[in-house]
Amino acid sequence: MRMLSALVMALAIATPAAAQTVLINDGRVVTNGAAGIIENGDVLLVDGRISAVGANIAAPRGARVVEARGAFVTPGAFAAMSELGLSEISGSGAPNDADVDGDLVAAAMDSAAAFNPTVTAVAVTRIEGVTRAAIAPSSTNSMFGGRGALVSLDGQPDSVMRANAFMIVELGETGAARVGGSRAAMWPAFEAALRDAREYPTRYRSGQGGAVLNEIDAQALQPFARGQGMFLVHVESAADIRRIIRYQRANPSLRFAIHGGAEAWQVADELAAARIPVIVDPLVNLPSSFERLSARLDNAALLNAAGVTIAIAPAPGSVDAHQARLALQLAGNAVANGLPWDAAFAAISRTPAEIFGVGGQLGRLERNYLADVVIWDGDPLQVTSAPTAVFIEGVEQPLVSRQTRLRDRYRPTANR
Amino acid sequence: MALCGRREPLHMHSSLFGERMRLRAHPIIALAASLGLAACATTPSTDANDTTRRAAFASTYQPAASVPTLIRGATVFDGEGAELANADVLMQDGRIAAIGANLAVPEGAAVIDGAGRFVTPGIIDAHSHLGAYPSPGINATSDGNEATQPNTAEVWVEHSVWPQDPGFLRAVAGGITTLHILPGSANLFGGRGVTLRPVLDAVTVQEMKFPDAPQTLKMACGENPSRVYGGRNSSPATGMGNVAGYRQAWANAQRYARRLEAAENGDGEPPDRDLELETMAGVLNGEIRLQWHCYRADEMANAIEISHEFDFEIAAFHHAVESYKIADMLREEGICSAMWADWWGFKIEAYDGIRENIPFVHEAGACAIVHSDSEVGVQRLNQEAAKAMADGNRAGLDISRAEAWTWLSRNPARALGIENETGTLAAGRRADVVVWSADPLSSYAVAERVYMDGALVYERGAERDPPSDFELGQTYTERAQ
Repeated sequence: MRMLSALVMALAIATPAAAQTVLINDGRVVTNGAAGIIENGDVLLVDGRISAVGANIAAPRGARVVEARGAFVTPGAFAAMSELGLSEISGSGAPNDADVDGDLVAAAMDSAAAFNPTVTAVAVTRIEGVTRAAIAPSSTNSMFGGRGALVSLDGQPDSVMRANAFMIVELGETGAARVGGSRAAMWPAFEAALRDAREYPTRYRSGQGGAVLNEIDAQALQPFARGQGMFLVHVESAADIRRIIRYQRANPSLRFAIHGGAEAWQVADELAAARIPVIVDPLVNLPSSFERLSARLDNAALLNAAGVTIAIAPAPGSVDAHQARLALQLAGNAVANGLPWDAAFAAISRTPAEIFGVGGQLGRLERNYLADVVIWDGDPLQVTSAPTAVFIEGVEQPLVSRQTRLRDRYRPTANR
Repeated sequence: MALCGRREPLHMHSSLFGERMRLRAHPIIALAASLGLAACATTPSTDANDTTRRAAFASTYQPAASVPTLIRGATVFDGEGAELANADVLMQDGRIAAIGANLAVPEGAAVIDGAGRFVTPGIIDAHSHLGAYPSPGINATSDGNEATQPNTAEVWVEHSVWPQDPGFLRAVAGGITTLHILPGSANLFGGRGVTLRPVLDAVTVQEMKFPDAPQTLKMACGENPSRVYGGRNSSPATGMGNVAGYRQAWANAQRYARRLEAAENGDGEPPDRDLELETMAGVLNGEIRLQWHCYRADEMANAIEISHEFDFEIAAFHHAVESYKIADMLREEGICSAMWADWWGFKIEAYDGIRENIPFVHEAGACAIVHSDSEVGVQRLNQEAAKAMADGNRAGLDISRAEAWTWLSRNPARALGIENETGTLAAGRRADVVVWSADPLSSYAVAERVYMDGALVYERGAERDPPSDFELGQTYTERAQ
């Protein structure tokens, strides 16, 4: 089986496989949609999309039939925040496109321009059932973290789905540290930046220039400052979250989502009313900073119960290039701390797609959705489980990575 | 700045990727503790005739009050690799009195219904920085790397441990009953480590010290020392500089140890006390156990060569991302590997990390340990063991969940030299016991009750003030424990 997979991989690298017609038969189908979980359900994949979901779907002529035998069949997981594809090695002085150390560009940073679908972490993550990711650099000099991208993890050359997908903004302790060390400086700087962006290109062509932004940053920020794109804001404390809610109320055309939100549970009702989604890390329960003094393990459960749209991903500061696969463990821990299973699974698949504006294509097993489908050997939110098959847009992915090749090279001889 | 390449301190250590985060954080110079009274088991007393003085910094740990407790009808992992169905565990006088079927209830005993629950030995984290890198993580509290010279064998991490670290409570809530706290890895010789009880109401670190646990010495291979000191244009700047640094230091320590021994035998004056050499002499005479941060197989092999050249023992390699490549050598040498389940790629020496490292080391018959190196990971080491077990079994091995538990308690106890005190549920061992809501090799199980020396020290859902003074009286004190 593994040997076969290695051969399949070698072929896959040579020529991208075409989407097959595949009927996945008799699984525990997590649709993430109105149909909920379908026991003994079938999923039909045609031309890279879901063609049908339900009970007793007949296999079209020539279709490949995969027997799920009651196993979980789910949409692919969506890493709601990651540095995937931005570095092969994060540290050691190796090239790392997630770590920007310069002042030339800030808001204009373009994650899509840095994404490399062939870095080994992409395959390492893909074989764990993660098929899509939102990516952005984590470390920059500015309160603006640049333009994030949405990517497929199929490893193919065209796997950037969407550039300019969102704009990272730091508006908590980190943002303050980058603007003179104080929120008192940060907020006026943020507002001035949005004015500069809205007035691009006029004030730049007139020679007046920006109050705080250079021309390329103003240009990149403009669509977001005009409400045509989403700000993904890193804040943790309840006080900082309230400032965002107030600001949005005063500027209703702007769109915000929060990443972090360790104390969001304290303002859950206000967030729900403001329809601001939160990307939370269910493991954050330490007062690790002064903006997280009230962090608690059931943050995700409390937010969900209040009606806040949540996604689950590592917290700012924990986002990295190699462990996006841990999203499933994070979601399982949210379940252990009170989040219903369906909501937890949605928070690593459907809701990230919705937050990033691709919820009509990804995150559900419903007709016409892209056929990102994973079959599991157990409950996908259990740390002991792993995929037995991963399809991205209908193409079965070999369950092979550099790590599995090392594993097979050093596997202990049988019956030692 | 050499540690970070960042312009601002990262404000948190909260991460599944603790080492990575610490590497990015600013190097904070720990204040060398006042060592005027320093003495320890490895050191001749400064006044050999005064037997009434206790050793400086000795443990003052006292077990909390306990009643005899019988946990009835649970699934029990005994820590030796066996699983017992529908078994009873009896704790009495702070020790394991018995495990088995239908044990009699002693008078006055608390009886806990174990139906549907799992009982295990308390988890021992062989690699923690709690207290030395506490929460909140700001410059002033980042206290674990005396990164001022490559050999700081003279410092003791216990002098950096802040007992009010809110992380201790979270660790106990994850089933931790013993922690090995280490200095960081900036230096070739980082200093002495300490084995602690997470005593939640402790005001002094002495109250937390595991009685009679051997002290340890932290050493570090690889990128960290050569980056820190090479970045200052001093030695070591390379892997070969690291090895030369170790060897010269051990040669000096051997000379010191020989002069100490000669003086004890009436041959000449003892050397002037040298706290650095004193620590290293303690390793040479077997009283201090060596814990060596080392990722790569080739570097571990070099470390083993050095241990042979200077005749000392290595208790464990820590992180040991490539132990799977030399598992047979590690078995032959009797060296444990304290490992993560799946961390990789955050630096080049972690590039060959695979999910089967722990199970492959186990399969070779070597000593495998699941460690955290993280104030987040320490809260759910059971899940890390679960991953490693499942990945090993998918790779064709046959590892039971009770065997996997040996990575969490018996094996770390062995590496720390406390295996006769804790780590298993054998009769007579300290009653360090966790009652889990479900199979603990799972994402969904939580520790419901944690016993330390037979005393109930944590009960999920019990209302209480936060034990850390730091957390008391914050605006919002209600928080999930």
